[in-house]
Amino acid sequence: MARHEGRGMASVNYPIGMNLGGDPSQALIHSNPEGKFTVALSAIDLGQGMKQVSRQIAAETLGVPIEDVFVDTADSDTGPHDMGSFASRGTHRMGNAVIAAAREARGVLLDAAAEELEVNAADLVTDGRGNIHVRGAPSKTITVKATAQAAQFKQGKTIAGRGIFLIPLSAVDAETGEMNPNTAFAHAALVADVSVDDETGEVEVLRMTSAYELGRVINPRMVEQQLVGGAWMGISHALYETPEPYYPNPDHGPRDFNEYLMPGPGDVAPYHVTVLERPAPDGPFGGKGPGEMCANPVLPAIANAVYNAVGVRVDELPITPEKILRGIRANGGVKPGPRRGGPVNWR
Amino acid sequence: MLEMRKEIFADERDDNLNVVGKGVQRQDMPGHVTARTRFFDDHAFDGLLHLKLVRSPHHHARIRSIDVSAAERAPGVKRVLRGADVPVNKNTLLSLINFGKDDEPTLAVDKVRYKGEPVVAILADSEAEALAARKLVRVEYDLLPTVFDVEEALKPGAPVVNETYPGNYFEYHQRFDHQKLRFGDVEAAFARADHVIEHRYQMSPIEHAPTETNGTIAAPDQNGRYLVHSCAQGLFFSLDTTAKIVNVPSNQLHFVGGTVGGGFGGKVDSLTEPLTVLGAMLTGRPVRYVLDREEEMLYGSPRGAERIYVKDGLMRDGRIVARYIRSYFDAGAYTRLSSYAAIKCTAHVPGPYSIPNVASDIYVAYTNRCPSTAMRGFGVTAVDFALECQMDRLAEAANMDPVEFRILNAYRDGDMKPHRRVAKNTALVECVQVAAEKANWPISEQARRASSLTGGGGERAQIPATPLDERGQIGRPDTRNGPATQTLPAGTTRIPLSKQPVFEGARDGKPAPVQVPRYEAPPRQNPPPYDPAIAPPSLQPAYQPAASAPPLPIPPAAPAQPQHGAVRFSSVFGTRRR
Repeated sequence: MARHEGRGMASVNYPIGMNLGGDPSQALIHSNPEGKFTVALSAIDLGQGMKQVSRQIAAETLGVPIEDVFVDTADSDTGPHDMGSFASRGTHRMGNAVIAAAREARGVLLDAAAEELEVNAADLVTDGRGNIHVRGAPSKTITVKATAQAAQFKQGKTIAGRGIFLIPLSAVDAETGEMNPNTAFAHAALVADVSVDDETGEVEVLRMTSAYELGRVINPRMVEQQLVGGAWMGISHALYETPEPYYPNPDHGPRDFNEYLMPGPGDVAPYHVTVLERPAPDGPFGGKGPGEMCANPVLPAIANAVYNAVGVRVDELPITPEKILRGIRANGGVKPGPRRGGPVNWR
Repeated sequence: MLEMRKEIFADERDDNLNVVGKGVQRQDMPGHVTARTRFFDDHAFDGLLHLKLVRSPHHHARIRSIDVSAAERAPGVKRVLRGADVPVNKNTLLSLINFGKDDEPTLAVDKVRYKGEPVVAILADSEAEALAARKLVRVEYDLLPTVFDVEEALKPGAPVVNETYPGNYFEYHQRFDHQKLRFGDVEAAFARADHVIEHRYQMSPIEHAPTETNGTIAAPDQNGRYLVHSCAQGLFFSLDTTAKIVNVPSNQLHFVGGTVGGGFGGKVDSLTEPLTVLGAMLTGRPVRYVLDREEEMLYGSPRGAERIYVKDGLMRDGRIVARYIRSYFDAGAYTRLSSYAAIKCTAHVPGPYSIPNVASDIYVAYTNRCPSTAMRGFGVTAVDFALECQMDRLAEAANMDPVEFRILNAYRDGDMKPHRRVAKNTALVECVQVAAEKANWPISEQARRASSLTGGGGERAQIPATPLDERGQIGRPDTRNGPATQTLPAGTTRIPLSKQPVFEGARDGKPAPVQVPRYEAPPRQNPPPYDPAIAPPSLQPAYQPAASAPPLPIPPAAPAQPQHGAVRFSSVFGTRRR
């Protein structure tokens, strides 16, 4: 009786946004008389960071400090229409709408500054710290605050912008499935190292190593949060969870977290993620979206690692100890696969 | 631990950015870590009523009678709702994009189609009184035969789960009992292949298990409007669904949400909003309806199970020459969003690989279980599990290392995908290379030198001649095994390319210079010079009205037609139904 280590991998891609398009997002941005901006949306922050992604994109496009931008979402009286937070669409669709709105607001901001400085607006740049100055002549300058005050009380200008982003809806061919499904795809590959106990059938995920290509990373901390949290969900899907343990028999459904199996803190594996950025041509600053795909490669990588460890293919999720032990018995014993590589290149 | 590899694809990016790309703290973090963030359930109202449901104890049964008289007299009970009280008691979520037929009641009327289906709603002064009154509702049922297996459900003679779709399948394009994908000649390629490998995979159902269960608080507001604190993942999606079901104009509903305690797809269905608003309308009181954990686990619509058959034709040198996928989404008793996922899955086939002959048949099957819905990776997670386990098997059959096998077959820029669109902006090869490097998984020099930028296109960009068939016509299961009826010539496309997005993002990653035409900017007008001597600005608008544009022709009055409160966003392909 022994524990057997195994290694498996999987590689995937993932479409960004609703399949076929037709899923618009709108954004409104306005400044108060002090040059502080509010972004009004009806996007939903489920914990993934929708507010912060919108905020960083708005601040970058406006050219103002991030502290001067807050995002207000979601109130149907003030936030314009958005399809919703699903289908990995938030960063891509809403990010583009926020850029559109912020560009328009920036245009008015620079017009107002140009009028105060008596220069051409095309010659103005922002320093991202709250100042607007003439390109190449930093001394010819005005603050965003002074500009906003002049716009409101002197010039009568609204420093505001509207934005929408819409990929027009695609048709689908009934006979061939031809369609325009999506414009941006993210990518990933993941290696899982597991240990399988041939006496109990239990699987321990020892560590995971992955590479994700996500287009432009808007906020690396939030990407990390998504990918690590999603990998935990992947372990959980692969080895533990289901409300119908004997599917398609519907009986024995769990009623609470005592009966519904999920990995606990002791089952969380060390995880290393490398992020690549190939910007999406139509993404906000090239951004795609890591929201959904982060669990996907974990399931098959673990299944393949279990096979590599003990020679059992479990093709029905979750991979329970019972299925592994039955598989070992059917095979007449443990049949380990070839060793693949050495210790990982990270700590 | 997260590591950025900026040198890869560096020439495609301009990294000269101010705040994009920085790990700055989220604006909502202080609220979250000090427990001051307000979620939908953090709103108190005087005179709040509590809504609880009587649910079906049976998987499939005809409702013979419902007696609520004792419940209505119970202490604290203010109102009992039945199906007849719901203004529009039949809906399908994607009716908002004109996709599919209304098939699901808010409260069951003639029969129940899954265990846990809502039958009666009770509104009482306290949760305890609502729960006590629930026990006084008498519902008599006649049991009906059940079906739980997706393939059993599609056989002729299976019990009809959902009368809107009497064959127990979603109907695609008003023609077929499934969604087809046809690209090249898979049968001919299987005949030529060195190995043909076929396996069956089963994705389990999964519970979303959000920390915050589904729920809504709705309160009457001034002017006949209703304030609705919602946990919806799509605020307007839920607002418009609710407006349709309770049959009010959308601006009578003021939805507030946006800060949600976990969703993962489980808060797209508007499980609680319509009944809560209806309760507030009929009682004139604020109403709270929140699923308890057991309801969330058992009846809160899970990730649907999927059964997937993958058949591949493989050459000895490791190239995959054909892939055929037959897959079944278990929708449960009602459509919800499964019809959408099957098309998304069709677009995803055959995974991120370049295969010259690909076909799939994806079914949405109805069974007597709780309707399934979207969950993280909807339409993709399950088929990725199947495909990547299958890829491991193929690598073994070709006697190749699984990493090398992925790189050999990976799609690259310029390759034609089976849905007849060219792949761009691909990066699978680089992900596999980097993951192998970090995991210390040795690969050959040839695999290390491969790139997504080279090796694609050319012959791999061609659309092959494709046999078409009429298999699986609606209402005719006998046609499921028919022959090919015609061959579509090589290079054929029939669906127009998508128009450009209404707004394209800043490709160069820089704020747009102001001379770029501003998106949707109004026509420029020069305000009159500011001169306090003429008139104080408060008395004279700074902007003069523009010279009046020629009046638009008045469109002819639209013919009167019955219309519910919800806005329809757009129309989706051949299944337009009202």
